[in-house]
Amino acid sequence: MNFDLTKEQKMIQEMVSKFAEKEIAPQAEHIDKTGEFPYDTFMKMGELGLLGIPFPEQYGGSGGDTVSYAIAVEEIGKACGSTGLSYAAAVSLGAAPIYYFGTEEQKQKYLIPLASGKALGSFGLTEPNAGSDAGGTKTSAVLEGDHYVINGEKTYITNAEFAKQVIVTAVTGKNDKGKKIISAIIVPTGISGFKITSNYDKLGVRGSNTSELVFDNVKVPKENLLGDPIKGFNQFLYTLDGGRISIAALALGIAQAAYEAALQYAKERTQFGTSISKFQAIQFKLADMAMELELARNMIYKVAWLKDNERPFSKEASIAKLYASEVSSRITNQAIQIHGGYGYMREYKVERYLRDAKLTEIGEGTSEIQRHIIAKKIGL
Amino acid sequence: MNIFVLLKQTFDTEEHVRIESGVIADDDVKFVINPYDEYAVEEAVQIKDDLGGKVTIVSIGPDRSEEALRTALAMGADEAVLIDPEDYQLDEHSYSKILHAYLKDQSVDLIIGGFFSVDQGSGQVAIRLAHLLDIPHVSAITELNVEEGKATAKRDAEGDTETVQVALPALFTAQQGLNEPRYPSLPGIMKAKKKPLQRLMLDELGIDEISGKTVSTEITSPPSRKAGEILQGEVEEQVEQLIAKLKEDKVLNT
Ligand SMILES: Cc1cc2nc3c(=O)[nH]c(=O)nc-3n(C[C@H](O)[C@H](O)[C@H](O)COP(=O)(O)OP(=O)(O)OC[C@H]3O[C@@H](n4cnc5c(N)ncnc54)[C@H](O)[C@@H]3O)c2cc1C
Repeated sequence: MNFDLTKEQKMIQEMVSKFAEKEIAPQAEHIDKTGEFPYDTFMKMGELGLLGIPFPEQYGGSGGDTVSYAIAVEEIGKACGSTGLSYAAAVSLGAAPIYYFGTEEQKQKYLIPLASGKALGSFGLTEPNAGSDAGGTKTSAVLEGDHYVINGEKTYITNAEFAKQVIVTAVTGKNDKGKKIISAIIVPTGISGFKITSNYDKLGVRGSNTSELVFDNVKVPKENLLGDPIKGFNQFLYTLDGGRISIAALALGIAQAAYEAALQYAKERTQFGTSISKFQAIQFKLADMAMELELARNMIYKVAWLKDNERPFSKEASIAKLYASEVSSRITNQAIQIHGGYGYMREYKVERYLRDAKLTEIGEGTSEIQRHIIAKKIGL
Repeated sequence: MNIFVLLKQTFDTEEHVRIESGVIADDDVKFVINPYDEYAVEEAVQIKDDLGGKVTIVSIGPDRSEEALRTALAMGADEAVLIDPEDYQLDEHSYSKILHAYLKDQSVDLIIGGFFSVDQGSGQVAIRLAHLLDIPHVSAITELNVEEGKATAKRDAEGDTETVQVALPALFTAQQGLNEPRYPSLPGIMKAKKKPLQRLMLDELGIDEISGKTVSTEITSPPSRKAGEILQGEVEEQVEQLIAKLKEDKVLNT
């Protein structure tokens, strides 16, 4: 057993924390208010190699591990939840599936620009009538000669408006038992019939781009099929398992920021002639937060370690995501409570943390779905 | 261009300094590259990128200093040397002697250090080293231009800027404003792992015994300041309150 981070992991933490504090945190309020996507920040992150942490150098990556990546998401999420979500989605959903399941040609063409930070990726699974139930996917891709013709729509897709391509899940046929075959296809943005709009007015993560996709006879070459034509569905389940680690890390980062703000405020605020941090009611809230953060972080590092060591990690990813996102909502909520009326105001930032944290209980599988996965894994 | 950077790992400037049984507690503390040394590293890497050559980081410090050295390597330095101070009580005099023992045998064009270290704050080690090496030095520089055989530096001089030209080899200490240190990139961090880091004991530098010229006898925290008070009311009322308080504290005589 060894709970120490490696030297590289510590250096990455140090660097990302500094970068996030100087370059990301100062714009967090602005992008939350305006909904402007911080594209330039992503280009800077790309230059530092942050968009390629878990990918090898030969594909433009930095050759880091999942633990380092989780640390980076936490630090970025701590500075700005919106940037954290788009970062996590770009790496875990936009790039990782190409690395895991792409052909060599696809990696050369699509992964290298993403991992080296020259472009952003996106992953479109959710549809108006297929959210938790991905099996309900209606978008179809019909093979006509050497092209797929795609029709359908996708909702709530992170980064799509700023992405070079979107990995889209679509029904490509039926198996022997008459069950739908769902595959993933790489669809470049800006091609004919592929419309992307971003009109959602969101509760939180407002600076993260969230788009609606419409496919109207969109033609892509059949080489754009990503991974196994039959087992595509299982492959994107693996993708989501990996993505859950990053959403857990995002939840942790937001919660850490809320905790630090609450701890400082509690020491500064005086009522009844004494610092409110002297009241046991406030102390217990902060003690609970410290405990929950510690537990969430340990679980996240553990699941990242499992993945790095090529062990099964699906159940642990769900546990980490479920726990971290639920404590994140609780911690950010209690942080407002500790701030009283001041916490309800934008100026004190903690209200943003709560709005941002809530997303982590929904995106990449709701808390209910995580419990469902854990229940299955324990044999129910 | 053979460039050496003098680097010390110090407390993060945001750390609260705790004194426990007469010594500064350093458990649970975040350490960083001394901020002024970070400018030195950045400057050295920029000069190397322009003119070619090699950047070697030299540090005297405990094992944990490796982290600071690796960060400097991740920023683009090529090699690092960590000298173990063992259990000796050292001061600016002895630190500079140790650095001299190492550097006198190296082929040196340029030495860059920080203006001072944020922990001890004496600002002496680098310039004492220049003296021992018998080379010119310019302290607190905000600009440095290196050419064949000479260098021109701008330095802070009581609010004015002084321009100084020296022949190489020479030593410089970096002041804030010299440059904007880069973030070590991810590929830089991964590469730093494989760059050479040499660990030296004092006897390997031909030092059998060493002692400082000064001894630290006691360390105390500054007295804690009392919380301020904000006066309320109209200006005239505030003035009256202020006068009353000053009389009360015997600052004003009645
Ligand atoms: C900001 C944002 C960004 C997003 N980014 C992406 C993205 O990049 N790519 C992408 O594909 N999707 C993305 N999504 C979509 C997200 O993954 C879905 O919203 C989520 O999976 C839930 O689906 P749904 O909204 O259709 O809710 P539903 O599935 O309709 O769920 C409604 C409620 O029913 C519960 N429920 C559903 N099924 C069950 C069950 N079997 N048992 C118990 N309870 C159940 C749910 O837990 C939830 O509480 C994003 C969403 C948001 C808000």
